[in-house]
Amino acid sequence: MARMTMVEAIRDAHDVAMARDDRVIVFGEDVGYFGGVFRCTAGLQKKYGKSRCFDTPISESGIVGTAIGMAAYGLRPCVEMQFADYMYPAYDQIVSEAARLRYRSAGEFTCPIVVRMPTGGGIFGGQTHSQSPEALFTHVAGLKTVVPSNPRDAKGLLLAAIDDPDPVIFLEPKRLYNGQFDGHYDKPIVSWKKSELSEVDEGYAPIPLGRAKLRREGRDVTILAYGTMVHVALAAVADSGIDGEVIDLRTLMPLDIDMITASVRKTGRCVVVHEATLTSGFGAELVALVQQECFWHLEAPVARVAGWDTPYPHAQEWHYFPGPPRIAKALQAVMEA
Amino acid sequence: MPDTQKLSFHVPDPGLRPGDTPDFSHVKIPQAGSVRRPEIDESPAEMRDLAFSIIRVLNRNGQAVGPWAGSLDTERLIEGLRHMMTLRIFDARMMTAQRQGKTSFYMQHLGEEAVSCAFRLALEPGDMNFPTYRQAGLLIASGYPMTQMMNQIYSNEADPLRGRQLPILYASQEHGFFTVSGNLATQFVQAVGWAMASAISGDSRIAAGWIGDGSTAENDFHAGMVFASTYRAPVVLNIVNNQWAISTFQGIAVGEAGTLAARGHGFGIPALRVDGNDYLAVHAVAKWAVARARRNLGPTVIEYVTYRAGGHSTSDDPAAYRPKEESAAWPLGDPILRLKTHLIEIGAWSEERHVQAEAQIRDEVIAAQKAAESIGTMHSGRQPSPREMFEDVYAEMPAHLIRQRHEVGY
Repeated sequence: MARMTMVEAIRDAHDVAMARDDRVIVFGEDVGYFGGVFRCTAGLQKKYGKSRCFDTPISESGIVGTAIGMAAYGLRPCVEMQFADYMYPAYDQIVSEAARLRYRSAGEFTCPIVVRMPTGGGIFGGQTHSQSPEALFTHVAGLKTVVPSNPRDAKGLLLAAIDDPDPVIFLEPKRLYNGQFDGHYDKPIVSWKKSELSEVDEGYAPIPLGRAKLRREGRDVTILAYGTMVHVALAAVADSGIDGEVIDLRTLMPLDIDMITASVRKTGRCVVVHEATLTSGFGAELVALVQQECFWHLEAPVARVAGWDTPYPHAQEWHYFPGPPRIAKALQAVMEA
Repeated sequence: MPDTQKLSFHVPDPGLRPGDTPDFSHVKIPQAGSVRRPEIDESPAEMRDLAFSIIRVLNRNGQAVGPWAGSLDTERLIEGLRHMMTLRIFDARMMTAQRQGKTSFYMQHLGEEAVSCAFRLALEPGDMNFPTYRQAGLLIASGYPMTQMMNQIYSNEADPLRGRQLPILYASQEHGFFTVSGNLATQFVQAVGWAMASAISGDSRIAAGWIGDGSTAENDFHAGMVFASTYRAPVVLNIVNNQWAISTFQGIAVGEAGTLAARGHGFGIPALRVDGNDYLAVHAVAKWAVARARRNLGPTVIEYVTYRAGGHSTSDDPAAYRPKEESAAWPLGDPILRLKTHLIEIGAWSEERHVQAEAQIRDEVIAAQKAAESIGTMHSGRQPSPREMFEDVYAEMPAHLIRQRHEVGY
């Protein structure tokens, strides 16, 4: 066990994966010599050489497109989009190609790639450094979508993603890179080193995709969250005094349907939380699932707390970000319904 | 007073439309044999001229002339002629099959047979093509079974792609034919990635990317060129300029200045422009570019100047946007006829042998068609199970897909 920040855990996952499998190739904008604008690939080029870890031209479709070609050859590319907000030029390659290679070729060609991208707000990133585009991936058949919420999961899930035979979109909440953030922006940041969640297994220790994690057991209401919102939800539970059960989904696709339905059947209430905009967000899928699978157990309408249906603003950051007060209010409303 | 005037908006136009007399006098055709053949390690800057000319081997009399001649022996040329004839007869049968309702869709190669057929002969086993939907000659020339192609076109039970893919979007790892996508240009940059992977792995295999004139306007054309240039990837970047993108003449994609080959120079990639209807010239430039890639000298851009003699697809009628007789007026002629004339000229072929070969190939294609149709066509016979619809989305079927499969009853 070693205590790591999320950045260190991600870097360590790369290191472990590259050491155990020569086919793992890491590239993207500024990831080589410089080690990434968030330091997630620092030291890899020095250790593994320029043919294993290298800088690319600023072309997201070029990065993902070449990664797909490499995967078809037999390598295991793990590439970076500098910000999730800038993945759109690669969207055609991700949706039309990576996601469908296995299906359309009946397994003749496969696409074991990982596309990492820093995601989420809470950092005064404005419109193009704060987005949470996960619903644009979960809607695509053939993709797996992962969002870790802590260093331990980040390492284990990234190792599993790199091993996975299918394309994985790996969304890293950049608000959590260097410390734990629970939405109380007026309080000082909590260092990862003080959290048990920063205790990362050494060496190769993958965490299977498709399994959620119970973060807090509770009787009153099930809270479904992922990424930064896991910590915000826990804070809201503490602030509200409601005995909420907090589930960190970790993998959005494939989804841990069993854990979700078992929890809601127990509590009879559910609040879904995400940073992404509300309409047609991943929350809508979660609400539909809960409604369909747990209808007779529900004692209140399922609520959603999400980003507003606006582009992510700059000055209005904390009015936009679904912080603990908004979640606590939703918990209260669901309990009173 | 500032010197101002009203701006006007320019939209390129082919000039000639249905009812007009075809005219290709603006296409400058150099004499066969007149374009030089550089060493394969020549610097891109020293060979800019080749991006603005057209490499040709076969002259008007069917003689192979100049520095690009002699890349194939007679036996291989006869084989090449048979490949092209097979592709043309295959196309004709499948066009008819589509009209008969045996499949939903087809796209033919009429007039472009030399490009993919001759290129394939320059590759080694293990090399990988990233084709568009108009390079089936790569499969024909590599010996891929025609019945398999037809099974795919018919989406029958033996379709190697399990009925999931639109007709002609074939895939075969073994035959170096990457899975064809409906999304244009995506494979151009993937080819570069495959080539980078080969270099990273210290392999000796190379990749070939394919794109049409219209699709060079897509982002991935430029991404492919940038990455190929930056990493000196062992890839041949093939641009098939058949003058038309559905109804849009190439001037819309390319503009009316420069050539597609010339775009290579902006990226520091050597570029060759070749007579796409000259089997010998296509093979010679392909061989040059493949050798360059395999010698680790980096990528090459090749522009094949040809003409899409047929409709864009079975859903298209070219009479709606271009002169009816334009394909007959195309100055580079017909690739099959030109190779045939050459083989007769050197005494390796005759009209009789040609007629005989045509009959024999037709029999082969019909036999393949019968075999495919005995399994099934789109609306009759044995078809893929609906169960197949849910397989291969992922390596392992996730719970929600198992549930949906059960809902369908499988």
